[in-house]
Amino acid sequence: MIKQKVRVKSFKINDITVTGRSDQTLLEVAKEHDIFIPTLCYLEGLSCVGSCRLCLVEVKGARELVPACTSKIKEDMEVFTTSEKIDSHRKMILSMIFSERSHTCSVCEANGDCELQDKSVELQLDHSLVPYIDSRFAIDASHKNFVHDPNRCILCSRCVRVCNEIEGANAINIGGRGINSMIIHDMDEPWIDSQSCTSCGKCVYVCPTGALYEKEITKEDVTTKREIIRNLLKNRAENE
Amino acid sequence: MITSLLELEELANCKRCDEASIVEELRVCIGSSCVSRGADEIEKNLKTAIENKGLQNRCRVKGVGCSGLCANGTLVSHYKNSTKENTLYEEIILDDVDALVASIEEQKSYSLKVCDTNQLFFTKQTKIVLENAGIIDPNDIEDYIAHGGYATLFHVLHEMMPVDVINEVKISGLRGRGGGGFPTGQKWESVYKVQSDQKYIVCNGDEGDPGAFMDRALMEADPHKVLEGMIIAGFACEATKGYIYVRAEYPIAVEKINRAIKQARKLGILGNQIAHSGFDFDIEVRLGGGAFVCGEATALIASIEGNRGNPRQKPPHLSDYGLWGEPTVLNNVETLANIPSILKNGGEWFKNIGTPTSTGTKIFALTGHIKNTGLVEVPMGITLRELIFEIGGGVSDGKALKAIQTGGPSGGCIPTQFLDLSIDYDSLKSVGTIMGSGGMIVIDESSNMVELAHFFMDFCKSASCGKCVPCRVGTTQLTLLLEKYIAKEATQANFELLKELSKVVKGTSLCGLGQTAPNPVLSTIRYFESEYLEGIKND
Repeated sequence: MIKQKVRVKSFKINDITVTGRSDQTLLEVAKEHDIFIPTLCYLEGLSCVGSCRLCLVEVKGARELVPACTSKIKEDMEVFTTSEKIDSHRKMILSMIFSERSHTCSVCEANGDCELQDKSVELQLDHSLVPYIDSRFAIDASHKNFVHDPNRCILCSRCVRVCNEIEGANAINIGGRGINSMIIHDMDEPWIDSQSCTSCGKCVYVCPTGALYEKEITKEDVTTKREIIRNLLKNRAENE
Repeated sequence: MITSLLELEELANCKRCDEASIVEELRVCIGSSCVSRGADEIEKNLKTAIENKGLQNRCRVKGVGCSGLCANGTLVSHYKNSTKENTLYEEIILDDVDALVASIEEQKSYSLKVCDTNQLFFTKQTKIVLENAGIIDPNDIEDYIAHGGYATLFHVLHEMMPVDVINEVKISGLRGRGGGGFPTGQKWESVYKVQSDQKYIVCNGDEGDPGAFMDRALMEADPHKVLEGMIIAGFACEATKGYIYVRAEYPIAVEKINRAIKQARKLGILGNQIAHSGFDFDIEVRLGGGAFVCGEATALIASIEGNRGNPRQKPPHLSDYGLWGEPTVLNNVETLANIPSILKNGGEWFKNIGTPTSTGTKIFALTGHIKNTGLVEVPMGITLRELIFEIGGGVSDGKALKAIQTGGPSGGCIPTQFLDLSIDYDSLKSVGTIMGSGGMIVIDESSNMVELAHFFMDFCKSASCGKCVPCRVGTTQLTLLLEKYIAKEATQANFELLKELSKVVKGTSLCGLGQTAPNPVLSTIRYFESEYLEGIKND
């Protein structure tokens, strides 16, 4: 592995000159400068995987759109976070996420506290652009405190990463592949049978949708617990 | 242990002397295609029949790699050492064994099943990578050495510097044979320039395109050539460890490669201090578990590391951050098998074969509605017409040609108006397809192009790893849309959506699988739009 010295780089986002450290990603620098880039799989303090593809931006000279969350900044690069192409692509991707499983907000635990819901407002997606795939999965409510509802899962893998990188339990993973991918506990067992799960609940509070939620809890408590976990992630990231 | 070129030549001469004492040889193809038709039984029975007739001192039975014409297997060739004459017999089955041996005893040819080797299928080929296929015994390292094998490696280790090797490969203009067509010399140079204690050479043998079997045949027929290419790559990039990633569905190739590695280690061609040159290099085999996506560079690396075979976003590129975070060269089997010939004959020699931007030869697997199904090696720049009609013998069952699919699920189809197109990386790109790894599927007039596009999309859907949204959901949506066309229930709006979705999946997917998955749809829309319009219902 090659260790490179950290340097200051200045470049342009939407024709505004910004500066950042060479080990920062485009997304981090954009956030520092209050430039909005939509994200779903990204969560500060967790590794970046670039899987939701909502943070795609245009870099002048690059053949393809690049995800802001994994791209390191470069001197003099010119980045555009919005354009007709980017907006329409993001909308289509978001619509694909909605079409994959059944996201019915009115009966969802996370209604009003859901990042997926927020995205549709942010990106002004008011109707579905693609047909619904209509898949139905069994809900795993075996755990004494938590519920896993795969029907609301968007496979962002935040739960997998937080369990691996922060809790260190590695109890959650992705099983199957392609459209049959599923969040699984241990060797695809009911949650309660998972030997490695510590029941810490971190996965539940990083879930952007209602796919993982706690039983018998008030909205206020959810918000508090979310804050605690996010602050923990942030502090760890800063201390590293 | 062989420590010098002189010792290597001694061994080669020794083996050649042994060979000279053999009067005749029966070479049975033991490639996967012929084995599936019972080639190993035939080889065994031939051996017993020869012994029963007491001919074992005159005629030897030897298993060899693929000689190309898989459509007419099992292939057995009869080689006479005195005249260097080689008679090829086709479609040999167990019932032919006695008659074949009887004809050998009577010193006549078994005229019933003689295959004409003067046909264009054989005469129009240029064999560089496959020069030993069908001739040497892939299980015997000495046979490879007797045919000049490893001499180039010894020359490189003793006479050349890594920079010279890289320069020679750069001069040759060799481009990656796995599909992308990235210049190999440039790839090596970027890894050579990186300072690191540990570097890796990885050989990609995870050939997964439907209708492609070039790498399998190569690994089965001449595994040592791949090893030699890899060791040279290791020397050039200052890497000391190599991995060959082969899919587990290729058991014969795995067996041959493993045996080859063992033999090479025994002779000191792999291991520490190769040929007393101070250069260490060892190779291990890793098996793929049946995921197509593991042919993608970063997913392959993840798979070797023991992780789930998911691709990751590039950059960082493998030359900076590859296997276990170290600088890594990833080359296709065929690319590496080109290396020994390039260094033996020089980059200039290689450059003169093919076209200026696509040098050398390319192995193609001819499949589909074609008469001569099989493996051919031709110089780049040959036209599709020559390849399909002269070498391939034309469309089977007397039907008319409709299109040719290249590049598998990442490629596109070429309609008949481009039959005189030269086959090279850039020309194929100009008509909306790619060279790919070399699978060439011939499609006749009876085929429906929407069904073809659906087949490939369904393949990509089941091959998608599921990490990124556009590929995971997009390929599923596209498959469902194409099903509507096949059922003739599509609407005009579906057609617009099909095009828009293809564009989004292509433009936003994380890795090459998703980025190229819509290509078969886009290219069939480009050339066969009417077939899509037929799938739209009229109300």
